[in-house]
Amino acid sequence: MSQTAQASSVAVPRRTMRQWLKRPSTIAFLMTLPLILLIGLLVLYPAGYAIHLATLNKGMTRFVGFGNFEFLFGRETFWMVVKQSCIFAITAVVFKAIIGFVVAHFVHNIPSKGQRKWRGMLLVPWVIPPAMSTLAWLWLFDPSYSAFNWVLAQFGADPVPWTGDAYWARFSVILVNIWIGSPFFMIMYLAALKSVPDQLYEAALIDGANWWQRIWYITLPMMRNIIAITALFSLIVTFANFDIVRILTAGGPLDLTHVFATWSFLVGIESGDIPLGASVSLFMMPFLAIAAVIILRDVVKRGSQA
Amino acid sequence: MKRPGKKTTRRQFLGTTAAVSAAALTAPYIRTAHAAGKLTVGLWDHWVPGANDATRTLIEEWAAREKVEVSIDFITSQGRKILLTQAAEAQARSGHDILAFSTWYPAQYAEQLEPLNDVVEPLIAQNGAVNGTVEYLGKVDGKWLGVPATVGSQMKGPCSRIDLLKKHADIDIQAIYPAGAEPNDKDWNLDTFMRAAKACHAGGNPFGIGLGVTSDSVDSVGAFFHAFGAKLVDEKGDIAVKSDQVRAAMAYMKELGPLLAPDAPAWDDASNNKWLVSGRGAMIMNPPSAWAVAKRDAPQIAEQCWSHGFPSGPAGRFGPFLPYFWGVWNFSSNKSAAKSLLTHLSQESSAYKMVEASGGYDIPAFANLTKFDTWSKVEPPMGTLFHYPDPYHHQVLSIAAAPAPHKIAVQIYAQGVMPKMVVRHMQGEDIERTLSWAESELEGFMRT
Repeated sequence: MSQTAQASSVAVPRRTMRQWLKRPSTIAFLMTLPLILLIGLLVLYPAGYAIHLATLNKGMTRFVGFGNFEFLFGRETFWMVVKQSCIFAITAVVFKAIIGFVVAHFVHNIPSKGQRKWRGMLLVPWVIPPAMSTLAWLWLFDPSYSAFNWVLAQFGADPVPWTGDAYWARFSVILVNIWIGSPFFMIMYLAALKSVPDQLYEAALIDGANWWQRIWYITLPMMRNIIAITALFSLIVTFANFDIVRILTAGGPLDLTHVFATWSFLVGIESGDIPLGASVSLFMMPFLAIAAVIILRDVVKRGSQA
Repeated sequence: MKRPGKKTTRRQFLGTTAAVSAAALTAPYIRTAHAAGKLTVGLWDHWVPGANDATRTLIEEWAAREKVEVSIDFITSQGRKILLTQAAEAQARSGHDILAFSTWYPAQYAEQLEPLNDVVEPLIAQNGAVNGTVEYLGKVDGKWLGVPATVGSQMKGPCSRIDLLKKHADIDIQAIYPAGAEPNDKDWNLDTFMRAAKACHAGGNPFGIGLGVTSDSVDSVGAFFHAFGAKLVDEKGDIAVKSDQVRAAMAYMKELGPLLAPDAPAWDDASNNKWLVSGRGAMIMNPPSAWAVAKRDAPQIAEQCWSHGFPSGPAGRFGPFLPYFWGVWNFSSNKSAAKSLLTHLSQESSAYKMVEASGGYDIPAFANLTKFDTWSKVEPPMGTLFHYPDPYHHQVLSIAAAPAPHKIAVQIYAQGVMPKMVVRHMQGEDIERTLSWAESELEGFMRT
């Protein structure tokens, strides 16, 4: 009797462990563990370290709490960078979304036989490493030898100061960001369009709905989650953009194209004030986090309603 | 619990220790290939093709002689990679034993760099004094934070087109700066320079001086400010931007600005090179890399290039000089080997090999090492680089933003405050408003 009891007391935890290992959630956790560790190492640790740096004084010798942020809030250049980053990110995301939406519809309406070829070609700007494609744009916008200006000159037009004038420089960096980012929207929207059941459009046609009504009452509601997630993802990435501005204008002329990442690099690495640079780069984090929570909560809510 | 019989007595311990010591002392010493340990070296990756080879050969010779295992990394300054390497190694307190630091960065890492007075002071005694800019940048509170490096140290003085200056401005630059002889530069001043700029602009070959925020623009504008004695922040750290000297420099630059290439405010460090090689400009401010590219791609233009000194102003003649330093981290595990290598690399024969390999681009910081025959013999035209290293010391070698304390000056320099001031004023902003803007920026640089 006592031997049986002893055996069962040993067997129970063994069975429990085996059962725990066999649970789908455990397997899922174990399979995602390498990724979780990678994210922890490459994202969470640097983010935590950046937060730590942002609380130190310039010499990194003492804790100053929010002192760096207080200092930044008093600087005219910082607010200029905030304004420019918002103009850059919001304008670029809006145009990327519109262009992506339109192009996705065009591609969706191409017969499936030739669609793959078009999809592939349209993805090229997104697939090329941005540092490389931006260099090509730099040569097109070059102050002295711009290819665009050469073409304009053939028609007798005056040269455009693509990177020399504040407004043209802002236009140039936003244009390149739109060129690189639109294919991402296009491919996401195309995937969403393909998942909208044809029966809905057929029913709408029978009811006499016109093109605009089909878009407004069927396509947009069906794509709402994808639009929200794509816009959120793109907004975060565009706010953090570095390479386009760095390569095309380096923040100039007169700092009028700096965004958070380029100004943070200038202040932190080039000017020797790493805590202030870290503070600049972290400024948008709470705002973007709140936006992410609201948008994702909305997406989850709609998902559960469906 | 102690085991009986295994207790070591004091007498046994002393006997065993003596025997081991005697065995160690009398054993034959076998010197292995890398008996003096390991050394890792991070050097600036030179623009000039093949220039790294001379440095590598010198290091390998030293490593073989001293039995040190050396690994060398040539780190590009493109994309500020060398700055990122410095920042990462300083944070991690790990990395190369020796690392290259340009201009402001020895001072930035002053607390983490090994003082090198025992290396630099004998080198000064041997090779002659270093110029004031090298001392200002490399020596902090009496401590040398790096050894002035030959590789990468450069002048950014004027490189003029002989033919275009003669044609438009009636200036014979070779007569002012004759090859192999002392300059006749008494009349080579800011007034002459302005007259030449006007003539070349009217003739369709404007001077190519950038007004952007990258290093070439900052160095050129900084040298004009120095020529007027204009300081933004003085050596004590006090803001001095609202001075007559700064106003005079700004007035001069406002007049000069429209005579430069029309897109000068958007220029980066490649723009002036392209300006020279395209044949559109009569002058640029650059080390001889632009001339070297012209020699390869547009030899007819290279044949007309002549490097020379900066025009003098009311406060003197100031040539922009950008030194590199070789520093040793204080967490290095082989400081003695690092110091020995840096001494080897700073010998006259080593410096000569580096200057040769760079085609005259590199300039040693020591006074006795600025008359190598490299600068006399490179061509075309013969003698084009003779005055590049300022062999007769007619210029005060300077850096923009000096003499401000380093931690302020690096921000003035990196953020291109002076070219920005010039562009704002040139584009119509009132001088007092520009100076107030600059004052506000400088106040922001004062934080500690």
